[in-house]
Amino acid sequence: MKAAPFVHHAPRTVEEAVAVLTQVGHDGKVLAGGQSLVPVLNMRLASPGHLVDINGVAGLDTVEVTPEHVRVGALVRHAGLERHDGAAAALPLLRQAVRHVAHPAIRTRGTTVGSLAHADPAGEMPAVAVLTGAVLEVAGPRGTREVAADGFFLGPLETVLEADELVVAVRFGRLPAGTRTGFAESARRSGDYALAGVAIAVSTDGDTVTGARAAFVSVTPVPDVLDLTSVLAGARLGTLPLDAVTEAVRAHVDPESDIHAGADYRRMLAAELTVRTLVSTAAGAQEGAA
Amino acid sequence: MSQFAAEPLLDITVRVNGIRRTAAAPARRLLSDFLRHDLGLTGTHVGCEHGVCGACTVLVDGEPARACLMFAVTAQAHDVTTVEGIGHDPADLDPVQQAFVECHALQCGFCTPGFVTTISAYLDEHPDPSADEAREAISGNLCRCTGYQNIVAAVLRAAELRREREGTA
Ligand SMILES: Cc1cc2nc3c(=O)[nH]c(=O)nc-3n(C[C@H](O)[C@H](O)[C@H](O)COP(=O)(O)OP(=O)(O)OC[C@H]3O[C@@H](n4cnc5c(N)ncnc54)[C@H](O)[C@@H]3O)c2cc1C
Ligand code: FES
Ligand code: FES
Repeated sequence: MKAAPFVHHAPRTVEEAVAVLTQVGHDGKVLAGGQSLVPVLNMRLASPGHLVDINGVAGLDTVEVTPEHVRVGALVRHAGLERHDGAAAALPLLRQAVRHVAHPAIRTRGTTVGSLAHADPAGEMPAVAVLTGAVLEVAGPRGTREVAADGFFLGPLETVLEADELVVAVRFGRLPAGTRTGFAESARRSGDYALAGVAIAVSTDGDTVTGARAAFVSVTPVPDVLDLTSVLAGARLGTLPLDAVTEAVRAHVDPESDIHAGADYRRMLAAELTVRTLVSTAAGAQEGAA
Repeated sequence: MSQFAAEPLLDITVRVNGIRRTAAAPARRLLSDFLRHDLGLTGTHVGCEHGVCGACTVLVDGEPARACLMFAVTAQAHDVTTVEGIGHDPADLDPVQQAFVECHALQCGFCTPGFVTTISAYLDEHPDPSADEAREAISGNLCRCTGYQNIVAAVLRAAELRREREGTA
């Protein structure tokens, strides 16, 4: 199928983009990589009268690494983030996770910020955003504001963004020195949306765990953080209380059944992926400590 | 007033296979349809129109992209390479096309243009893939005929052919 007619706007600056969005209100949509929006338009699940195509807006395509964060502009493609060695060194979780987003031909166009704005609970980057305490930089007619990722997502495909607001960048928070991260997911076909997935951060002191946090893909309605510190703090890396982890994950996730998998299977998968990722991440920490 | 007011047309210019091409089309024209209907380049095939099948994959600035998920207006700033731009002469096939012939990697051929573009871009970055990597590289493209075994073989053969041609260059 084809998209319904729309007026195409090609602003050159953030101010121009916001001005158009303000003018067209709820009849407008931002077009970034189009990898989620265009299918929706092609299937006529939405037919906005105006598309504000930000692909020509200058200054949105950079990745910046500072001691506190990795800042990713709204036009940085998933593939650009994946290739960025500085970002991967500062926050390895970014590359660990973004490799799982769709297929290469989709990562070359789809943007990391767009996947946050789209707020699909099956997306990898929303989970990474909450786990790292990311902050979104938002521009609108009332000025700019910063929104913490934790609180940005209201439900599947729903965020606190107003129709006239544009996300300019996301700042993923860097994790304290010595924090190890891991990411894993299970999909029916390599590159497809995950049936379940998990991002993990573990901090250690020698071979003792001091803290652990996890965020999930496809098994919670909005990405949120499960703090496993009470379960794992004080445990030795070689003898983690994995049954307790399984319990905690099973109690936390709230999967839906669909044609691909039942809720029970997804819950089991989330727990299993967490345990395995925790073990492999801890093994890395052990090597690192040796 | 007519319910079907004429839709405004834009003059859209895209560099396709090295040549600047202009055609008038509405803003909602998908790049895939622009190539096929407005420019007559029917090598790019359209299967699902929601990014899943990979039949419409072209190269945008040398990188694979779904032509069905891009509007032609957005493509204006870019260089687009279709399967016609990869090789259009049966007597002088591109290594990927040659490998598809040798390995019997197509049957009906509907999916083939998308595989050829995808694999060409992949081999630019990974000139010497393992069989597992080859499998992973084509996982975003659907083929309803071949069972993939021969396409995986073709990826490996194409890598070999590219190395041979480089060696003799
Ligand atoms: C076949 C296929 C498989 C996929 N698999 C995965 C997967 O496994 N995991 C995954 O995470 N994603 C997947 N995706 C989606 C992909 O990651 C998209 O790139 C991403 O969800 C949206 O980014 P985009 O830049 O393409 O946004 P668009 O499609 O352009 O926009 C998506 C939505 O976000 C809004 N938006 C975008 N940018 C902004 C902004 N800066 N400010 C305000 N609003 C904005 C748009 O208005 C729209 O509502 C898949 C897509 C396809 C087609
Ligand atoms: S037609 Fe574009 S991916 Fe199927
Ligand atoms: S050869 Fe027929 S679909 Fe692939």
